[in-house]
Amino acid sequence: MTAPRAIWQGIEPVPHQRIYFANHSSNGDFVLLWTVLPAPLRRQTRPVAALDYWLKSPLRTFIGREVFNAVLIDRRPESRAEDPVTQMVAALDQGASLIIFPEGQRNSSDEPLLPFKSGLYHLARTRPEIDLVPVWIANLNKVMPKGEVIPLPLICTLTFGAPLHLASDEAKDAFLARASQSLLALQPLLPGHA
Amino acid sequence: MTSPHLLWLLTGAGVILVCASIIGEILRQRLSPAGDNPVIENLNARITSWWVMVILLGLAFIAGKPGVILLFALCSFAALREFLTLTTHNRADHWSLLACFFLILPLQYYLLLIDWYGLYSIFVPVYAFLLLPVASALRGSTKDFLIRVSETQWALMICVYCASHVPALLYLQIPGFEGRNVILIAYLIFIVQLSDVMQYVWGKLIGRTKVAPNLSPSKTWEGLIGGALTATAVGTALWWMTPFSPLQAAGMCLLITTMGFFGGLVMSAIKRDRGVKDWGHLIAGHGGFIDRLDSVIFAAPIFFHVTRYFWSAT
Repeated sequence: MTAPRAIWQGIEPVPHQRIYFANHSSNGDFVLLWTVLPAPLRRQTRPVAALDYWLKSPLRTFIGREVFNAVLIDRRPESRAEDPVTQMVAALDQGASLIIFPEGQRNSSDEPLLPFKSGLYHLARTRPEIDLVPVWIANLNKVMPKGEVIPLPLICTLTFGAPLHLASDEAKDAFLARASQSLLALQPLLPGHA
Repeated sequence: MTSPHLLWLLTGAGVILVCASIIGEILRQRLSPAGDNPVIENLNARITSWWVMVILLGLAFIAGKPGVILLFALCSFAALREFLTLTTHNRADHWSLLACFFLILPLQYYLLLIDWYGLYSIFVPVYAFLLLPVASALRGSTKDFLIRVSETQWALMICVYCASHVPALLYLQIPGFEGRNVILIAYLIFIVQLSDVMQYVWGKLIGRTKVAPNLSPSKTWEGLIGGALTATAVGTALWWMTPFSPLQAAGMCLLITTMGFFGGLVMSAIKRDRGVKDWGHLIAGHGGFIDRLDSVIFAAPIFFHVTRYFWSAT
């Protein structure tokens, strides 16, 4: 109903192993990203999602585990049994591509993007050969603002940018800033996004 | 709902499309054998989309009034979605925007279906325009309020109210023309779209003087005059299937092709302002629904009311 539209601006939809990182404004984000990927890519792509959200009810557990084959990570450092980066690297080593939201939570502020968590950097350092592809998801926060029940049928666009890699001597903060910039640069120039 | 005249028009459109498909295929083999000439590929994509549009319209005509109304309600929905994607709104408008899609749009077409002229002709400008801002105001956000409200209202006006005047033609009661109203719709769409296509062709052939260089580099006076006159000539030659005399048909054609041209111009201005080239992507080669319907949307209410005033019994 939202007629999602993929714009492959900096990269082609070919079945390379990739880490797609996107802005996070709604729970529908990864579903949308998943649906615009061509079927062969979709099958090898796993979203990384928060365990505390997806294990809340049996239905969510089923959808998260069986339908989307999500890599469920624990966002709470004090209670978690497994390190999220280790889990994600394990999934990469099995040949999967990943969808991650480096903001770490849904962005409901007026800022276009929240500061990135460091997970993206650790992944880039551990598996430097894998393409990091920025994906800007536009309008989904308007389709389904936090707290609303009925979605608004607006057109969403997903813009795929040129892939990034960690430079050999790049520091963590510099890399995260560069990744964040490359994602922001993909925003369409529409009112309400500027 | 079918009549021999309608079959004539649809057959005519079919013949034009067969010719266009053959020319498109020849051009492709000559100039773009590897499928790498974007102009030729776009031309062929457009022709394919035209086939789909003509077939859908033909099916809706066969299905009768409910079919035509449903088709235009769906077109309205797609157009409104494209329009509201580009307008200014914030979270406080969520409910009023939902009302546009799921309340006002279906109601406008339902009022058409039951032929309640007194209400559908004022429903959007009176009731929707007064009640929608209330829904937004109750949520308390005042930022850009007037901009948000007026842009939403314009979206409704263009995509729902004006567009709904195309199927409304089915309900005009013209003495001596009973049971053939569907011809009015086919005639309106055929002439306006023919004018669009011929404006493009004439513009490519001899177009030099731009009408509004800031708005649209492809719209030229030569194209406009050539396209409007060609469509008017064809429309006049088809007077025998309409309620009009040849002279009246010529006047009507000039009126709707001019309105259609201005419709394209106004909608280009909006796209320019919002920094987009097309309204959408769902009609291959053409862009969005509004890209294809802009001229019909502008011509339809005028065509409806002029026909109603001078020819209708009620």
